[in-house]
Amino acid sequence: MSSDTIQTPTTTHYVAPIDETPLGAVDAVRVSDKASNLWLDAWRHLRGRPMFWISGILIVFIVFVALFPDLFTSVPPDNNCQLSVSNDGPSPGHPMGFTKQGCDVFSRVVHGASTSLSVGLLVTLIVATVGIIFGAFAGFFGGWIDSVLMRVGDIFFAIPYILAAVVIMSVLSAYRSVGVIALAIGLFAWPSTARILRSEVLRVKQSDFVMASTALGVSKVRTMLSHVLPNSIAPVIVVTTVSLAAAITAEATLSFLGVGLPSSFMSWGNDIAAAQTSLRTNPMTLIWPSLALSITVLSFIMLGETIREALDPKARAQR
Amino acid sequence: MTGYILRRFLQIIPVFFGTTFLIYFMVFAVPGDPVLALFGDRTPNAAVIEQLHIRYHLDQPFIIQYFYYISGILQGDLGMSFSGQPVSEMLAATFPVTLRLAVLAVTIELVVGVSAGLLSGLRKGGIFDASALVVTLILISLPIFVIAFVSQFVIGIQLGWARPTVGPGAPIQDLILPAIVLASINLAVVTRLTRSTVIDTNRNDFVRMAYGKGLSHRRVVPTHILRNSLIPVTTSLAADFGILIVGATVTEGIFNVPGVGRALFNAIRLGEAPTVVSFVTVMVILYLIVNLIVDLLYGLLDPRIRYVK
Repeated sequence: MSSDTIQTPTTTHYVAPIDETPLGAVDAVRVSDKASNLWLDAWRHLRGRPMFWISGILIVFIVFVALFPDLFTSVPPDNNCQLSVSNDGPSPGHPMGFTKQGCDVFSRVVHGASTSLSVGLLVTLIVATVGIIFGAFAGFFGGWIDSVLMRVGDIFFAIPYILAAVVIMSVLSAYRSVGVIALAIGLFAWPSTARILRSEVLRVKQSDFVMASTALGVSKVRTMLSHVLPNSIAPVIVVTTVSLAAAITAEATLSFLGVGLPSSFMSWGNDIAAAQTSLRTNPMTLIWPSLALSITVLSFIMLGETIREALDPKARAQR
Repeated sequence: MTGYILRRFLQIIPVFFGTTFLIYFMVFAVPGDPVLALFGDRTPNAAVIEQLHIRYHLDQPFIIQYFYYISGILQGDLGMSFSGQPVSEMLAATFPVTLRLAVLAVTIELVVGVSAGLLSGLRKGGIFDASALVVTLILISLPIFVIAFVSQFVIGIQLGWARPTVGPGAPIQDLILPAIVLASINLAVVTRLTRSTVIDTNRNDFVRMAYGKGLSHRRVVPTHILRNSLIPVTTSLAADFGILIVGATVTEGIFNVPGVGRALFNAIRLGEAPTVVSFVTVMVILYLIVNLIVDLLYGLLDPRIRYVK
């Protein structure tokens, strides 16, 4: 705290106007020239971490590819396949070669990005919404609301979410789409978010500012929304980043198992499943989509990891 | 301890009914004839529809249907696969192989994960620690089927160190490669958890005390640090059992291991939804039982847990 200075306040008074008291010195407050809070601290920490920048740049790049695939490849991924080039290696204009069906691998990898990202984002949205509602209400109101909500969470938690998604997608095989698969994954993935938020809300609820808010007559729901929630959301942000990665893996796994998206969708999981029969003859058709999938998942996990360290002093100490 | 055991048993009952109800609900709350929905875009023959209607008591109210289904499960009746084989028989035939694979995988995961975690936790910030962090980060990011295919291709096909697919009877030497693949998913979690608990334990006064008494490193590390660090690892094993189930399905499918996972894998691929539902139900129940056992074990290992509330 070398930048701290003792300032005699001139305009801001916390106790009483300075001329009303002879003890002006009492009124002096320690003012750091830099404001500080959890988020600013976290940002200062993040700024200096190369892993944050690497994962951030990768994610921006992947999002860019997902939004504008046509900037990267002019070859259509699906309707220009020729069996005459089946399993061929790279050739000019087709840097990653061809699949068994004679489709351009590079184009399929590029067009697969948007599917993975949209499933990931939708699942994250579902998980965050349900998890925050359940966790916040259970933690803040306690009592029977807590018991009921958390027992419901226990039941959803007890079914591994990929298995649940396998069941849902098997039953709803006629309605396979990005929305349905996101719902199938998200419906069973939220309890861990709810649990984490609940324990954080329980901690924050004890703070003096919450008591002050209640004492000032602010309603319970208002207190929860404007004081408790913003102060307990940090761990949720970390889980959310990691759950985005988990959702992308889940979609690929489901597509790989054959209960994910129909083959008309560009999906890395579908491509990996289709390429497994060519593993001996042309392993690269399997490697490229796998690499794209792994790098995407890795960037989100890396981002989550760095944010966790930045927001959690205990994790920083363990480094 | 008896009170603790009793409490845990009572807690699992609502979860058991809740999960089975949820699975049943997911299947039979679909609009239209749920039996037709189970077949997706295929049309089953009339006899199969008839048989499923009778099996699931579809003329009865929903809640009665559910109780018929539950009593069926409790009596070991899990329905038939499309080929006419009872699902319970399929499970009995394939379970020993999966058990062998899972025990092998968990052993690898524990031995490698705990020793790597211990080493990096004790030498925090060292070269081993730094590289372990990077390796586990990559391991966490790689989907299981990518690890399975790459190791099948590199180790099985290119190097020829192991058979790329498991031979008949699933001899143990053929299971080593699939077990390593299966272990790799939770390996990173075990390593990181061990590392962070070792770091936490290391800060405790009893560790300082042990060194202060003049005990050697060789004595303090296994008896004081490691033993206390293993408790959270035990719970994480149970929590990750779900990942192990999914991982076994994918691994057994890829390496052609004749276990429960491959049977589920084939049922999923063939679109046999009723078989899939039966398998998932059994695995969820198994998951609950494993978690119960580990919880009880946890109470045995850590007396503090027993006396809460």
